[in-house]
Amino acid sequence: MRASAGYTEYHPRWLRRRKSTYWWLERVSYLAFILRELSSIFVVWTVAFLLLLVHAVSQGDNAYRHFLSWSGSPLVLLLNLTSLLFVVFHAATWFRLAPQAMVVHVRGRRLPGAWIAVSNYLLWALATALVSWLLLGD
Amino acid sequence: MPDRITLEVARYRPENESAISFQQYEVPCHKEWVVLDGLNYVKDQLDGTLTYRWSCRMGVCGSCGMNVNGEPKLTCATFLADYSPGPVRVEPMTNFPVIRDLVVEIGDFMRKLTEVKPWIVRKEEKPLSEGEYRQTPQELDEYKQFSMCINCLLCYAACPVYGLEPDFIGPAAIALAQRYNLDGRDEGASERLEILSQHEGIWGCTFVGECTKVCPKDVDPAGAIQRYKLSASLASLKRLLMPWSVP
Repeated sequence: MRASAGYTEYHPRWLRRRKSTYWWLERVSYLAFILRELSSIFVVWTVAFLLLLVHAVSQGDNAYRHFLSWSGSPLVLLLNLTSLLFVVFHAATWFRLAPQAMVVHVRGRRLPGAWIAVSNYLLWALATALVSWLLLGD
Repeated sequence: MPDRITLEVARYRPENESAISFQQYEVPCHKEWVVLDGLNYVKDQLDGTLTYRWSCRMGVCGSCGMNVNGEPKLTCATFLADYSPGPVRVEPMTNFPVIRDLVVEIGDFMRKLTEVKPWIVRKEEKPLSEGEYRQTPQELDEYKQFSMCINCLLCYAACPVYGLEPDFIGPAAIALAQRYNLDGRDEGASERLEILSQHEGIWGCTFVGECTKVCPKDVDPAGAIQRYKLSASLASLKRLLMPWSVP
């Protein structure tokens, strides 16, 4: 409601209630939303960390060893662990919401939302398994 | 189950109050009674000065939306027994100015609703002699969900974006715009996009998703807005890459 909205003689004193600064603590779903928004910062950090890693590799052996020792420091470890939790939370909640934005028709019939969410999770698991195999496999 | 329950009802009498206060009323708690029955009991038997909106009492008119224990609810579809042993706190819907007691001012929504043209727009009407505009059941299914909106405004009460940015057009108005965009008989999508592609339109929504959770008709306004974002982005891309193809 715009503050400039005019009063009429029939509505002389509307009561306008101020939204609390802590509105996001009023419900669990609001808090989950704020955490999802906050997680974007950690997604940015994860991308920046990967770019730093690529840069270090491109600079040769010494730079790579220096990067490894820096990323093994307690502060960076803590930051990366927190980032991992937030990125997983971001991805999991994003895939859960995806069916609301995506409408997929197969042979003229709309695919149920659960199918879209499950296929997203399966593709995520597959991609994780592939990357794990590349990194950890012989 | 106790046979009575306490209602804590928000009161605001603008002639002599500048804030909401709460008044307690004890009402019968029959298993078939909804919160609205409790309010009607108060109005008829205990305190005739209590003011609130209601009409159909069957989840169709969308008049009796209020916050019940902090949640936006249609009071005609919210059973008192579910809150036993009580108390049950009944407040006016959040995010709207309060006129009196449980009655909120909804003129802002009514103005925004007309802005998005929630009716079938035709560039040229065909003559009556050519008959009606026909649709298949599949075409109806595309928009039917969004046409179930009863304008109860629970989605606005649940939306923190609307509470923080009052210029936001809001969930129900956008869902109703989408209802007509998806209707095969309509040709007004580009006109609506002009209004809804502004910052106060679809891009104001940050996908909290509460509008969909509180909707008593399973309209899914959050889904409508996200789908709208997708189609608006594709339209912008098309306009950028193929300007000759856009009228």
